[in-house]
Amino acid sequence: MKNECGLRCVRLDNVGVIKGSKQLIQDVSLELRCGKITAIIGANGAGKTTLLRAVLGDIKYTGEIDFTDHNSNTVSGIKIGYVPQKLNFDLSSPITVIDLFCSLKSKSPVFIFKKKQNVQVIKEKLAANGCSGLENRRLGELSGGELQRVMLALALNPIPDLLILDEPVSGVDAKGLGTFYKTVSELRKRYHMAIVLVSHDLPLVAKYADSVVLMGGKPLAIGTPAEVYNTEAFRQTFGSSFGGELL
Amino acid sequence: MSAVYDWLSMLPFGFTQTAFMQRAFIAVVLSSIMFGMIGTLAVDNNMAFFSDALGHSAATGIAIGIILGVKNELIALIAFGILMALLINRVRSGGAASTDTIISVFSSTALAVGLLLLSKTRSSAQYSAYLIGDILSVSESEIMLLVFALIVVVAIWCICYNKFLLIAINKSLAASRGIKVVLFENVFSCLIAVVVMLSIKWVGILLINSMLILPAAAARNVARGVRSYNLLSIIFATFSGIAGLIFSWYLGTAAGAMIVMISAVIFFSTFTIRAVTHK
Repeated sequence: MKNECGLRCVRLDNVGVIKGSKQLIQDVSLELRCGKITAIIGANGAGKTTLLRAVLGDIKYTGEIDFTDHNSNTVSGIKIGYVPQKLNFDLSSPITVIDLFCSLKSKSPVFIFKKKQNVQVIKEKLAANGCSGLENRRLGELSGGELQRVMLALALNPIPDLLILDEPVSGVDAKGLGTFYKTVSELRKRYHMAIVLVSHDLPLVAKYADSVVLMGGKPLAIGTPAEVYNTEAFRQTFGSSFGGELL
Repeated sequence: MSAVYDWLSMLPFGFTQTAFMQRAFIAVVLSSIMFGMIGTLAVDNNMAFFSDALGHSAATGIAIGIILGVKNELIALIAFGILMALLINRVRSGGAASTDTIISVFSSTALAVGLLLLSKTRSSAQYSAYLIGDILSVSESEIMLLVFALIVVVAIWCICYNKFLLIAINKSLAASRGIKVVLFENVFSCLIAVVVMLSIKWVGILLINSMLILPAAAARNVARGVRSYNLLSIIFATFSGIAGLIFSWYLGTAAGAMIVMISAVIFFSTFTIRAVTHK
């Protein structure tokens, strides 16, 4: 098993995103460390997904986002694995799981042919992530949990330096969610990758995350789950009923 | 190319005997293949409305071409189409909640400006030909352009298809793999613009969008993967094109309308098949 740390951390310095005349997020300065799970929590519209998209390079931002290696050298390219919140295309489209994998994995256009060799490797990767037998299913036919496992398998191929998970909770039952967090936690240990996830499940975040960022347009609190869950900002966002008993 | 003409005139059909029908036949086959290919991703990207707006904007392109007296109207048409495509793309990627409304404003403005200019410079009979299309107007040089366009489209498809597909599935996912999303979106939109503009004269402004959307929409009803999706879309498009041309020849109707009619029949057939088999 690989256990290399290609990346010491991702550093965000005073990052902001403006869309039109609206400031979506501002003043975000934080670090994502290798081998740590950083959870981003906050109310709807707090800028959680926007923050992830800035790190992905999918959206224009102000300020700086640096990717740094072992020796504190700034590097431009790191491998990012991304599990999106949802797929935004029309789900009745006949795109299958294997089509999606091949379009990422190979250069030969998937509408003409797929290499048998690639298909075999992909089947194995899928099976390793609890998705065996799903390869020829349409993406639109998958359940929330299946889609999530497929997208995770995709994000882990190749093994990324940074794994970004956007709201991995949607459409997944409580049991599936617990399993998912366990899987993510094991990945972190095995590959020593930096993991950042957006979550709505506060008890699971308290159990698995190493650090928590509470967003409300800007970071309202950053720290360990215990620190963040005891702040006034946390109580204002989620109500005073949450907090102490989650920890 | 002359070998193709020879072959066509040897066929035992009355419609393949005249030069203009031979040209029409070749033009229909060439552009149907392009529409079939591009259509699948246009549908996956929810771009039906986008291409509709492009088709409408052709009216302005045609009018500008006539007024400027550009020798080949197609140049003005294609240039305007690409400009329009990039403009609408910008609006789309702005992510405003009212994208539909803004595209609609663009498209109706372009249509109105085009019709105003055309009605000023041409008689209504002449400009209505642009609305419903005239298959017999295809010239030799336009066929060469279509051949060239097909080669370009196939080449871009082979190089970029996987990236286009990823962007259609999820833009952020594509971005996370280092794909320049905006660039590829613009390339794809320009591709649609060029193919639409090359065919607008004989399909007509009113029906051009159906050429792009219907075969792909029919294919997605029955396809079981990306390969059969694209293959069926091309087959449906080409079949509708050829059958539509033949029927319109014998029935004396507008070819564009007949082609779209046949595509529509295929769509409803496949829709029924899907509804029955998925119960």
